[in-house]
Formats: sequence, C-alpha cells, structure tokens
Amino acid sequence: MSAILGRKLGMTSIFTEDGAFVPCTVIEAGPCPVVQVRTKDTDGYEAVQIGFGEIAERKVNRPKAGHFAKANVEATRYLKEFRQLANKVAQGEIVTVELFNVGDKIKVSSTSKGKGFQGVVRRHHFGGVGMTTHGQSDRPRAPGSIGSSSYPSRVFKGMRMAGRMGGKRITVRGLQILRVMPESNLLLVKGSVPGAINALVEIVKM
Amino acid sequence: MKTIQQIEKIAISQAFEMRKAKAGEASPELPSFRPGDTVKIAVRVIEGDKERIQNFQGVVIARRGSGMNETFRVRKISNGVGVERIFPVHSPIIQSMQVLKSGHVRRAKLYYLRGMSEKKIRQKLA
Repeated sequence: MSAILGRKLGMTSIFTEDGAFVPCTVIEAGPCPVVQVRTKDTDGYEAVQIGFGEIAERKVNRPKAGHFAKANVEATRYLKEFRQLANKVAQGEIVTVELFNVGDKIKVSSTSKGKGFQGVVRRHHFGGVGMTTHGQSDRPRAPGSIGSSSYPSRVFKGMRMAGRMGGKRITVRGLQILRVMPESNLLLVKGSVPGAINALVEIVKM
Repeated sequence: MKTIQQIEKIAISQAFEMRKAKAGEASPELPSFRPGDTVKIAVRVIEGDKERIQNFQGVVIARRGSGMNETFRVRKISNGVGVERIFPVHSPIIQSMQVLKSGHVRRAKLYYLRGMSEKKIRQKLA
C-alpha cells in the first residue's frame, strides 16, 4: 500500500539542518482504513478502496453503513480507490503516515481552487492585443483572431478561449516529503499542492 | 486536528532543537532585543565540508514578520562600507547571540541610520 488520503491544512516554512528555509504544505493524512480490496475475479480489476475523515453516525446511510460493517471499520466521510499499488494490504487494515519516509517522492492530486469565468489572459496566459492609447480603449485583454475566414469557415475544436477556470482535478508529480509526524498524523510536503485549505488530497508514492 | 499556527509552533521548536544540538556550550536561546540594540551574532558558516563560527556585530535596525517568518536586520560598517544582513530569528545557522548595548531610539525601523557616519550613529543611539 503506498497511497493515503489527507486534508490540506495550509502552508508554512521550515528550516533544514544547513539553515535553508524551505516552503512546505502541511497535510493531515490518515488514519485511513482499507474498506475494500477489489480483485480481478470479483470486480474485474485490481484496486484498493480506502476511507478518510470523521463522520457522524447519523449521517451514514444504510447501504454505506453496511459496506463499512463488512470491513469491520468505522464509517468515514470519503472513500477513494487506488489502482496499481505496489504492496498488498488486507481489508480492515489501517493506513497511516508512517507509510512515508522523509525524502520520498510523491504525487499529490486534488481539486484545484475554482477561479470562476476567466478571460484568456488569466486562463491561458495570452498577451492581449494592442495598446491602450492611439484611439483604442478596450483591446489590451482581448483574445485576438480565433481563426481564418472563408476557409475553414469554422472555429477549430479546442481553440483556447475564455471560460471556467480551476475547480478541476490537478495532479502534481515529484513532490518531496520533508517531515513525517506520526503522533499527529501530519505530513510536510515541499512546495505547494493543489486545492484550497481543508481540501481532500490524495497522496501516492512514486 | 491541528491548526497551521499550532504546526508552526512545532516547527519553531524543532528549529530550536536543531540550534541547541549545534550550540555546544553557547546558549541556544536568543536574548530579547529590539531595534537600536548593538548585538553580536555567532553564525555558523559552512565552507566545503568544514564548519566554523563567524561573528557579525552591528546595530539591529529592523525587526519584521511573525512566527516562522520573523526576521531582523543588522547593520554594521566594515572598512568604511555599510553592510546589512538579514537573519531569520529561528534560523539554526545562528549559534548564539549577545546584546552588547541597548540603544535609545523612538522608531521601530531605523533606516535613517543608513545615511549617517559611525560617529553620528553612536551619538544617536546613546
């Protein structure tokens, strides 16, 4: 098992032994019970389903409660599946941050902060068009031409335009574990990870 | 569940432990100091694989930030050239620190000392 679920708590910085000041993200990860182990025979694919987060008993509906009871674990708020994991785990086991060591390379996935409807300058880093003076007043953040005229007489699919930005799943690869604090279930990850504070994050060992 | 402020406190105490481990006989705890004070800071300098202590003596001219990000700025005049260095308060490269003289100043940021001669600064801080 080399994956865990966590909650992003925020960012701070820490010192290394040689005095370097390193920015890091604090993630409260686990303990995550293994709720189900999916196999090729029963489910058609290999995966491990783990849970994370406290939830009041009255908020767990009957089908979910039954699913957790089968694994003999307490109900959790979130459930996620991970495929292609190196180590084998059994149903009912608990995954904790002790899975990770300082220096491990990881990838972190989460839902990025939603930015709303954004123009092309912010969304796709376009340069805008033209100047503010010489008789024009409204072109500095314009997208410019979106294609030719009579041929092809249409706009190509995938043309980068203004629209909803953020709020989608982002994975950052190659992040590094700076510190593991098992007594408070904390991981300190070098650099930033996607998502707002309190967002659910998935951490997978690379 | 812990808040980020609590975690920062843990990180600060860890940085302090790092300093304590390297301090040897020197006291790892920084004395209380404020802008205007003349201080002597023992800084660990790493040269290749060797490590030695270098002293930096000067006037604290500013202190800013909070928590892990707190820093202070020390100014000295070395061979006629003004030198300023910024130290993070919790940095483990500071081995120890000593307040030699406390200065009487009425401002939190003493950037006005930059334009002054050594003699003028001495008079100003007296």
